Amino acid sequence: MTVLNSKIPDGPLSEKWTNHKNSLKLVSPANKKKLDIIMIGTGVAGAAAAASLGEMGYNVKVFCYQDSPRRAHSVAAQGGINAAKNYRNDNDSVYRLFYDMIKGGDFRAREANVYRDAEVSNAVIDQLVAQGVPFAREYGGDLTTRSFGGVQVSRTFYAQGQTGQQVLLGSYNALKRQEAKGTVKMYPRRQMLEIVKIDGKARGIVCRNLINGEIERYSAHAVVLASGGYGTIYFLSTLAVNSSGAAAYAAYKKGAFFANPSFIQIHPSCIPQLNDYQSKLTLMSESLRNDGRVWVPKGKGDKRHPNEISAEERDYYLERRYPAFGNLVPRDIASRAAKERCDAGFGVGETGYAVYLDFSDAIKAQGKKTIKNKYGNLFDLYNKITGEDPYTQPMKIYPAGHYTMGGLWVDYNLMTTVPGLYAIGEANFSDHGANRLGASSLMQGSCDGYFILPYTIGDYLADEINTGKISTDTTEFDLAEKEVKNKIDNLMSIKGNTSAHTFHKKLGKIMWDYCGMARNENGLLKGLEEVTKLEEEFYKDLKITGDTKTINQSLERALRLAASFEISRLLIRDALNRKESCGAHFREEYQTPEGEALRNDEDYSYVAVWEYTGDGKEPKLHKEQLVFENVKVTQRSYK
Amino acid sequence: MKLILKIWRQRLPKEKGKFETYFIENVSRDMTFLEMMDSLNEKLIQEDKDPVAFDHDCREGICGCCSMVINGRPHGPGTEITTCQLNMKAFKDGDTIVVEPWRVKSFPVIKDLIVDRSAFEKIMAAGGFVNADVGSAPDANSIKIPKDKSDEAFDAAACIGCGACVAACKNSSAMLFVAAKVSQFALLPQGKTEGLKRAWDMVMKMDELGFGSCTNTGDCEAECPQGISLTHIARLNREFIRAGFHKAAAENK
Repeated sequence: MTVLNSKIPDGPLSEKWTNHKNSLKLVSPANKKKLDIIMIGTGVAGAAAAASLGEMGYNVKVFCYQDSPRRAHSVAAQGGINAAKNYRNDNDSVYRLFYDMIKGGDFRAREANVYRDAEVSNAVIDQLVAQGVPFAREYGGDLTTRSFGGVQVSRTFYAQGQTGQQVLLGSYNALKRQEAKGTVKMYPRRQMLEIVKIDGKARGIVCRNLINGEIERYSAHAVVLASGGYGTIYFLSTLAVNSSGAAAYAAYKKGAFFANPSFIQIHPSCIPQLNDYQSKLTLMSESLRNDGRVWVPKGKGDKRHPNEISAEERDYYLERRYPAFGNLVPRDIASRAAKERCDAGFGVGETGYAVYLDFSDAIKAQGKKTIKNKYGNLFDLYNKITGEDPYTQPMKIYPAGHYTMGGLWVDYNLMTTVPGLYAIGEANFSDHGANRLGASSLMQGSCDGYFILPYTIGDYLADEINTGKISTDTTEFDLAEKEVKNKIDNLMSIKGNTSAHTFHKKLGKIMWDYCGMARNENGLLKGLEEVTKLEEEFYKDLKITGDTKTINQSLERALRLAASFEISRLLIRDALNRKESCGAHFREEYQTPEGEALRNDEDYSYVAVWEYTGDGKEPKLHKEQLVFENVKVTQRSYK
Repeated sequence: MKLILKIWRQRLPKEKGKFETYFIENVSRDMTFLEMMDSLNEKLIQEDKDPVAFDHDCREGICGCCSMVINGRPHGPGTEITTCQLNMKAFKDGDTIVVEPWRVKSFPVIKDLIVDRSAFEKIMAAGGFVNADVGSAPDANSIKIPKDKSDEAFDAAACIGCGACVAACKNSSAMLFVAAKVSQFALLPQGKTEGLKRAWDMVMKMDELGFGSCTNTGDCEAECPQGISLTHIARLNREFIRAGFHKAAAENK
């Protein structure tokens, strides 16, 4: 018997959202003014939601750790944003976008949520264009699109390789507009450290003011987490170095269940690690695979310059293995295929852990100018980092940690298992299954932020109109503040010899080696042991210098890292539990003879939902069975 | 490489800061500038010293956090890069490198190399948006925009809000930052309705916050990591002057 109620509405798939919206309670304009909402995070989802809620008349308090909401890591999304507009007349539809996402996610996502995203996606593009987001256009003045992995239509809207920046700035501008109107109040440079619950409901937060170290309390009638993913457990990833799952994990410890933590996307095309000092990996957008061809030499250990290797001596392994989708297979498949070639000794570059992404054929066919127009800033970025010119020689790429499909469990209203606590965007789990398709994170974040949460949150807040202002002068806030202060004092007083930075690097290596692109039982058990050992060492040997009354970035990092250890262990537990391969979760024991992921629908067609039961105790597993009424569940094939 | 670093240290906004000198060895030419700073901080922690505080996040040149003046240049030597994209190949063994925060009255220092850029936030709130309520937008393709206009709007919209333009300017003017936003919307039909009010309000707010005037020196353009062109300032000036006439005409009615 499960305690989970996903609240998926009855009725045909295409009518669920409409019917559900009609049944949601409303809050009148006069009452909205009486209600406070806290938003944690200002990426595409958080900024869009905060602006929309402010516009509706709620009082929104917005928190971010950066100095400005415009810096949230959505800003780095490159390739694009999907919508089922069918502007290309290529027979696209809401159903096809839905089906592509369900299949791309290897049948581990919730049908109703995915369909809703696809349904709402068109309104998102309309909204963004109305805000002045400068998407790429045809000469005739219409919006143009490109294609992404795992689909056979062209439905991705883009702004060169800076789509995330432009989409984020659209919502940031909207946020600024609400700030001017006084409906939104910004609290930048804050680190959220504790969720406060009163009578079982989320009622506020405790955070650290990063400038003066003050521990601050804020109350609200509902709290929304838009705090992103936890991919920095790998240390090296495409994420911002200060991103983490710490806020989501704080919610987990307060009773919000965590779903599918082991589903982490490893993006196939990143600039490979160049040296040991490296602090981050840079993404090369998937959109490049529209025109770039992926290959390695046919001969093992061929050290010649790529331009000296003739077409016959090249193995275009994605085109060879997946002729129907070619270079545009989904990310999990492209990543594993690259790993397979490199592990087999065909990799290129100094370490042998890289493959080529080659534009020479595209430049020949379309001309340098056209390619420059499509990808100019990405080519420049690559050139700045590597010193090599992708117009004249192929890029070298290799997979890297990128996006977490897993996250806080939410029902159809995007509410977690804590009443009044919501999770949107990458922070929740519901829409991407075991693998996210390209250009659908900006889509999901925008759908959640502009059009879904603003409606569903009203259903909860309608019962709060008589609550009145919530005081922060309560025992619950006292207790939460005390916990936070203890935690900080504890970390500051260890006075060992090793910096948080060094610990983070070590954690990253363990997670990448034992719980990265390929996993097996022995490795996972070993990883679990090593993470636990490292965590013990962390609490004995951490060294933080400086004080707590001014900016202390080592302390900030240590606080995030403390959560990362625990998330890593939860992640490994989840990976151990799921004795099948699906999407990005590849258990080496479970694969087809061709090396593809082998699902076990009989036993694992469920969302693994973990409940925190106390420090040092095993988390409790709940299962949300996945029901597929509208698609035929098949072995995923891109051949 | 061995390097001598002269870095601005300032514990609190109101305290007096000063340059500290650090010697650092084993700097690899493959490091980025921030990775070199990471290794300096590791060394300082080992020596029981407070590490140097500096803003950084995405480390791929797009978030706009990083904000160091290196050897007198915002984001250091090189064109169209942010500090996080600056490579140590730009330096040689034995070099002395001077690292400071943005030196701008409107961006007070918070600690070490971190400054308070909330003045930019205030300018944005004064008008850096299109009034487009959620849910009221027409179909996206009902607004046709010529490709060249759209591309030019994108070039302006690419601004990352780092503030290097202000730090580079001898007058500490924020004209390039304001121009980028005003110009983006002035080029698009969506932004036209409130276009003149936007230009007026944003410029007034910029002046109120103590940023200096523009004397067309062009240092902002030279140091802008996104290569945003001075022509956007020309467009801002046109919009602003038109806004002034409209305002005068309205007041005379």
